[in-house]
Amino acid sequence: MQLPPALRARLVGGPGAAEPLPVVRDPAAGRAPFRFVARKVRFPREHEFFEDGDVQRHLYLQDVLTQVAEEPQRSRVPEFTCQVAGCCQVFDTLEGYEHHYHTRHRHACSFCKRAFPSAHLLDTHILEWHDALFQILSERQDMVSVPQSPPRQRLRPAQGWVLHGGGQSWVQPVGLRLVEYQCLVEGCTEKFKTSSARKDHMVRLHLYPADFWFDKPRKSRGLATPGPCVPLSAEALGGGGEQSEGDAMEVCAAEDVAIPWGAPSESRAVAARMEKRTYSRRIPSTICFGQGAARGFKSTKKRDQRL
Amino acid sequence: MWNRRQGRLRPAGCGVEELRRRRREREAALRKARREQQLVSKRLLREDALEETGGGGVATILGEAEIQQFLQLAQRGTEEKEREKALVSLRRGLQHPETQQTFIRLEGSMRTLVGLLTSNQALLQLEAARCLHELSHSEQPAVAEACLPATSYLLTYLSGHSSDFIELCLYTLGNLIVESEAVRRQLLPQGIIPALAACIQSPHMAVLEALGYALSQLLQAREAPEKIIPSVLGSTLPQHMLQLLQPGPKLSPGVAVEFAWCLHYIICSQVNNVLLITHGALSTLELLLLDLAGAVQRTEDAGLELLACPVLRGLSNLLTEAAAEDVGGQMQFGDERVVAALFILLQFFLRKQSSLLPEGLWLLNNLTANSPSFCTSLLSLDLIEPLLQLLPVSNVVGVLVLTVLCNVAEKGPAYCQQLWPGPLLHSLLDILAFSDIEVVDQSLELLQLLFLYRPEAAQAFLQQSGLQALEKREAAQLQDRVRALQEIVLHE
Repeated sequence: MQLPPALRARLVGGPGAAEPLPVVRDPAAGRAPFRFVARKVRFPREHEFFEDGDVQRHLYLQDVLTQVAEEPQRSRVPEFTCQVAGCCQVFDTLEGYEHHYHTRHRHACSFCKRAFPSAHLLDTHILEWHDALFQILSERQDMVSVPQSPPRQRLRPAQGWVLHGGGQSWVQPVGLRLVEYQCLVEGCTEKFKTSSARKDHMVRLHLYPADFWFDKPRKSRGLATPGPCVPLSAEALGGGGEQSEGDAMEVCAAEDVAIPWGAPSESRAVAARMEKRTYSRRIPSTICFGQGAARGFKSTKKRDQRL
Repeated sequence: MWNRRQGRLRPAGCGVEELRRRRREREAALRKARREQQLVSKRLLREDALEETGGGGVATILGEAEIQQFLQLAQRGTEEKEREKALVSLRRGLQHPETQQTFIRLEGSMRTLVGLLTSNQALLQLEAARCLHELSHSEQPAVAEACLPATSYLLTYLSGHSSDFIELCLYTLGNLIVESEAVRRQLLPQGIIPALAACIQSPHMAVLEALGYALSQLLQAREAPEKIIPSVLGSTLPQHMLQLLQPGPKLSPGVAVEFAWCLHYIICSQVNNVLLITHGALSTLELLLLDLAGAVQRTEDAGLELLACPVLRGLSNLLTEAAAEDVGGQMQFGDERVVAALFILLQFFLRKQSSLLPEGLWLLNNLTANSPSFCTSLLSLDLIEPLLQLLPVSNVVGVLVLTVLCNVAEKGPAYCQQLWPGPLLHSLLDILAFSDIEVVDQSLELLQLLFLYRPEAAQAFLQQSGLQALEKREAAQLQDRVRALQEIVLHE
């Protein structure tokens, strides 16, 4: 196929259109028995017109995927150690070091040394495990009966409580702080009052496993303190999970779900029913159910916010 | 991308003939699968693992006891190197279907593997991911479905930073996506689309290529137009995709190929092409077309047809949208460079991959059908003769060439004046004499237009024994028009 030499020059030239020749149609054109009509054509997905191109595409994919399965050859460098304090891992490839750093150090909690795959999960962890205000407020929040759906409410809301989330729930704002457990799934903006409600959401809506590794609830009230990690036997974990001395990942038993004590009976009972239905659990003996057994913050007065 | 892929390892002891034979077989299998609408199928994704012995390891069959031993060592060994080696041995074993079956039947095995996947010993994590990847390849549904407990973790890790690991997770997800609608029904609520939308911002080309692959498999699913594409269009994925397709020094061919195919699957599903046009898809694709032609001119065209195909398709289909006419830009104003680029590509296809000629000509049809400007460009750039040179390639190509010429001719006398005198009449006479019926069919339409707007051409036709040529065509479907033409010619 011979192309006119000027064509190549035209390609690299600037944009420009030809002055169109005048269009003058005769009604006899395309008249029966002739039938030509100039028209654009569209082909849907499965049309056989696409067969050849599709086959070529898949031949290419086959080649690609065969190679993906192989270990990539990485160039080796003289051995070196990880520079992070306290880590003595040794590497002989840059990629190996990069992977180690991202896995172990990049999103590591400075309080308890646990490592997370992303900044989002780390931030959530710090908020829910190590933030003093969050702890106190989340306990406080459970004290008062807070119906989930307006407008009918059996108890008058305590002073200071306001509607939140489009009128779906009551929360107590402290300055601008709301105690919320955010859904851990990327892209989901749902927030919940309790970690168990969040877990329920993740299991039911997002089909996440009930023992999702990055959603371990805190074992007990109070700040999680940094300390030596406790190695657990495989049985307690149900046979899975990576555990060893000094590992910075989760330490609490896989099936343990903390129920915030002092929660009003209704929501606690609901929570208990949900968990009984879905997960096995151990209830620490400090928990007691029943009305009026709340210990701790009884006052409905707005607490002194300057902690 | 090209370097890594082009230099693929060949199975030992394979001559060129053998490779050609295998390729023909693979091609035949793919063709058959497509006709049965089974192209998105695990079976075809990878050649038999046993044939490929790249990497120096041979797939061995492991028994239950061995698997258990490797898993325990990996999980509780004291020496890190020991634990890694155990997983490597497991992985090699998992290349074999029998080992895979044994593995999934072993209680707690997947749970242990998923646990190792969440290890913060980086190399263990990577090896566990490789084991999972092997399993995800399996043709047997039970094996691939056994990997489902891992998907929430694979998705979580997409927002990490370790590019090798993420790449592997993405290819594993891609394999699982292909597995069945049931798998996809789990992945969608688990948030695969937001996860991909976050991950597409990675700066690593290998990650992006893997992402494009996984996304293209998702978009190719049978239920995609109803269940998947709307969510994809509602995310930030389209904008990012178009960004990654912008021509320029940063354009990575491997990445571009994947996202161009993604775009094609979205466009030809016709869910909401107006939205794509608003995001600038038309202008991105046309710039890409110009860029491709430039690459051909610079002979940097290795594997270029892989990218050209979806670009042509995307452009062609988008042009049929009414919204395309409203949008400004080169296409609407008949930028001659588009036509020039297309012909450079047609010449390239003729040389390299003639099966793409129909697709290129389809685009040319959609460009010229309603555009006096593009039709004029064909004439002013002297492209009629090159077009005619494509006539003998095949019937499909012949019909398309003639259709494009009809697009030009039907615009009236000013256009036909440029078509004759010229080589066109001679080509048409040849067609009448030698070509198959579909091609002759289209040529009759062109003759009518030519004679109508350029009566002198009818005269010349007569003088060159055109009538006799017409008489020779006796097929029933042609008779009405043959007779009508004979009458026209005789009355001139």
